[in-house]
Amino acid sequence: MGDLIDLVVTEKSAVAHGVTALTLRHPEGRRLPDWSPGAHLDLVLPNGMVRQYSLCGDRWDSGSYRVAVLREPSGRGGSAFVHDRLRCGDRMAASAPRNNFRLAPAPSYLFIAGGIGITPLLPMIHQAALLGVGWHLLYGGRNLGSMAFRDELAGHGDRVTVVPQDELGLLDLPAHLPPPGPDTQIYCCGPAPLLEALQRLTAGYPAGQVRTERFVPAAETSAARDEPFEVELRRTGVTVVVTPRQSVLDAINAVGATVLSSCRQGTCGTCETAVIEGRPEHRDSILDDSERAAADCLFPCVSRSGSGRLVLDA
Amino acid sequence: MLTLPVSEVDPFSPEVLEDPLPFQRQLREAGPVVHLSSCDAYALGRYEQVHAVLRDWQGFQSAAGVGLSNFRWEKPWRPPSLLLEADPPHHDAPRAVLEKVLGPRALRKLHQAWFADAEGLVDEVLAEREFDAITRLAQAFPLRVFPDAVGIPVEGRENLLPYGDHLFNAFGPHNDLVARGTEGIGALSTWVDAQCARDVLSGNGFGAAIWAAADRGDITGEQAPLVVRSLLSAGVDTTVHGLAAVLYAFATHPDQWQRLRADPALAKVAFDEAVRWESPVQTFFRTATADVEIAGVTVPEGKKVLMFLGAANRDPRRWHDPDVFDLARDPSGHVGFGMGLHQCVGQHVARLEASALLTALAKRVDRIEIAGPAKRHHNNTLRAWESLPLRVRLA
Ligand SMILES: Cc1cc2nc3c(=O)[nH]c(=O)nc-3n(C[C@H](O)[C@H](O)[C@H](O)COP(=O)(O)OP(=O)(O)OC[C@H]3O[C@@H](n4cnc5c(N)ncnc54)[C@H](O)[C@@H]3O)c2cc1C
Ligand code: HEM
Ligand code: FES
Repeated sequence: MGDLIDLVVTEKSAVAHGVTALTLRHPEGRRLPDWSPGAHLDLVLPNGMVRQYSLCGDRWDSGSYRVAVLREPSGRGGSAFVHDRLRCGDRMAASAPRNNFRLAPAPSYLFIAGGIGITPLLPMIHQAALLGVGWHLLYGGRNLGSMAFRDELAGHGDRVTVVPQDELGLLDLPAHLPPPGPDTQIYCCGPAPLLEALQRLTAGYPAGQVRTERFVPAAETSAARDEPFEVELRRTGVTVVVTPRQSVLDAINAVGATVLSSCRQGTCGTCETAVIEGRPEHRDSILDDSERAAADCLFPCVSRSGSGRLVLDA
Repeated sequence: MLTLPVSEVDPFSPEVLEDPLPFQRQLREAGPVVHLSSCDAYALGRYEQVHAVLRDWQGFQSAAGVGLSNFRWEKPWRPPSLLLEADPPHHDAPRAVLEKVLGPRALRKLHQAWFADAEGLVDEVLAEREFDAITRLAQAFPLRVFPDAVGIPVEGRENLLPYGDHLFNAFGPHNDLVARGTEGIGALSTWVDAQCARDVLSGNGFGAAIWAAADRGDITGEQAPLVVRSLLSAGVDTTVHGLAAVLYAFATHPDQWQRLRADPALAKVAFDEAVRWESPVQTFFRTATADVEIAGVTVPEGKKVLMFLGAANRDPRRWHDPDVFDLARDPSGHVGFGMGLHQCVGQHVARLEASALLTALAKRVDRIEIAGPAKRHHNNTLRAWESLPLRVRLA
């Protein structure tokens, strides 16, 4: 246990032109770590690339994750690999789900999706429907054929406004935006020009009313599983080599550190350990981006080294 | 279909509350699931099933109450907790807010002050060589640091312990313990609820941080006071009896105290080992959301499942020599703080309090022993103490 989650692809299907959906399960059918709408996984693709994908399935099904991937022709090859090479039965690894785009409680919601940006919004929409609160989805895309999950949204009638650009042009944001105030929260995910337009139009809105997520490609990280690295334990006075098959937690406790753990999934925070030197590669779902950047602690049940050598206060 | 063992024992009777270990042993031996005729609940005493049910929020919900009372048809005695007694999706936002407010990184700011406070308290208490560890340390320390950290005023803090005591009794059946608390609970609740208002809370505590989250729209303004209430409900009695557990453990295991003195960095491990060994929170219920199978037994939908955290934490199927308090053990994975979605969001607070107090004691005290008859306090959920007379020898 510990370290990354093992997953196997159990279904792969085209859900729109250029968009492929994957169902992922644990190879032995075990329960997968919990998630909430807005969360994403870091998938370690079988070709070694690490890419983020928003969870767009049903959290009441504890045995499966669903993601949907848009082919990115000008990309570095992650999405192309998913489309062209990945097959049912292939194994891969993932970090615990992380959420930087949480759905907060509100009397009503406006969801704005641009293209593949529908993915994190889909479970939010299910949730709003479940809660019986008011919501509306404004969904833009290049053309109808490229817009995923229209079938799943069809049952919601006129709560959903679908705007294919080739027929109807760009989303008419001003016509749909609620006034500033606590009644309606706005959640938007899509391409940079859409997010920028929304930010311009809502500049004077109160904090927290407008929440966005961008699928910014992260700088390339290594498929950290395949290289051993050294960890020095300052207090214990020992240095240990962590192999790709072990968690840092197991490796350091095996040589005399006494770091407590509980969830072993990077969610509970019990194993927090201060970093004295080195750059951690964070795989937990606890730290936000600014806390990650501080690089002063890590959760060794899942996180690893991004810098070769780490020195820990343990 | 397996036959379902039945137990007639009332786990909330004075005899079992005085010493739950024999009953817990019987329960584990009887089978993975045992029907309790006293309260028509499905009891789990083994680690494997307790751990699995704690994580399975889809099959076993909390929103119908985590006590015996079934909120599907019984009116809760107070407005339900937005964390403990809530399921996704309602549970998500309050939980996310408290995880940040009480997260290990947020607590770093308190580290120095709490360690200094602990040294101050220990210096005062050690003016005498014999004292009651419950009132002088286990209650005094949390009451000194925690209400300040939340940001509530000084006046009325004596209400916190009796409020928590009743709250934890109320998860059990309506027995004498509950009846006794019912009379005073109106006034206590009124006081607790009043401390959760924004203008009552100081500007820099956990309470203010919760209200700031409401200002950001992460939770609503109606939710904020109830989230503050969670801290005042779940954060005091639990740590009192958690600290009592670790002090009792050391008083009865002098070799382990020497071990801690030799390596004070073991304080956190020692506290978690004591939480495993004593399980200050003994039990919680869940309610089946459908006909759900546990180890071959079908629990009918709407029925209560009673998880014995204390029994799971001493299950020999999971722990080697479970009855031994041992700092060489890795207690990781114990269910004393729960597991999964509802796992104690205050556990880092509890660990910080414990390491501050243990570190201060380890510096000055060479030996701890029991100085007189120790007395249990009966509570339907907590494994608690009334008094624990200790004698110390200074280093
Ligand atoms: C939180 C999050 C959630 C996501 N969810 C989804 C999802 O649900 N579905 C989905 O399809 N995608 C999602 N993504 C995007 C996904 O992670 C990949 O970026 C995408 O699949 C493309 O991968 P790629 O290797 O094919 O292309 P990438 O190499 O990642 O390139 C993507 C685009 O960015 C440009 N680019 C590449 N490197 C850089 C760089 N260093 N700086 C600037 N631009 C660069 C490329 O030219 C290309 O246009 C998400 C991203 C994030 C951060
Ligand atoms: C030794 C001390 C403590 C013990 C043994 C303990 C035990 C527990 C347990 C077993 C649960 C899980 C309940 C369930 O699964 O239904 C829990 C939840 C909780 N605890 Fe603690 N606790 C302690 C200290 C604290 C402190 C100090 C705080 C507050 C600062 C706190 C706040 C909470 C809250 C709010 C929940 C509900 C979380 C949720 O449902 O998401 N606890 N605790
Ligand atoms: S053990 Fe839970 S975060 Fe590492």
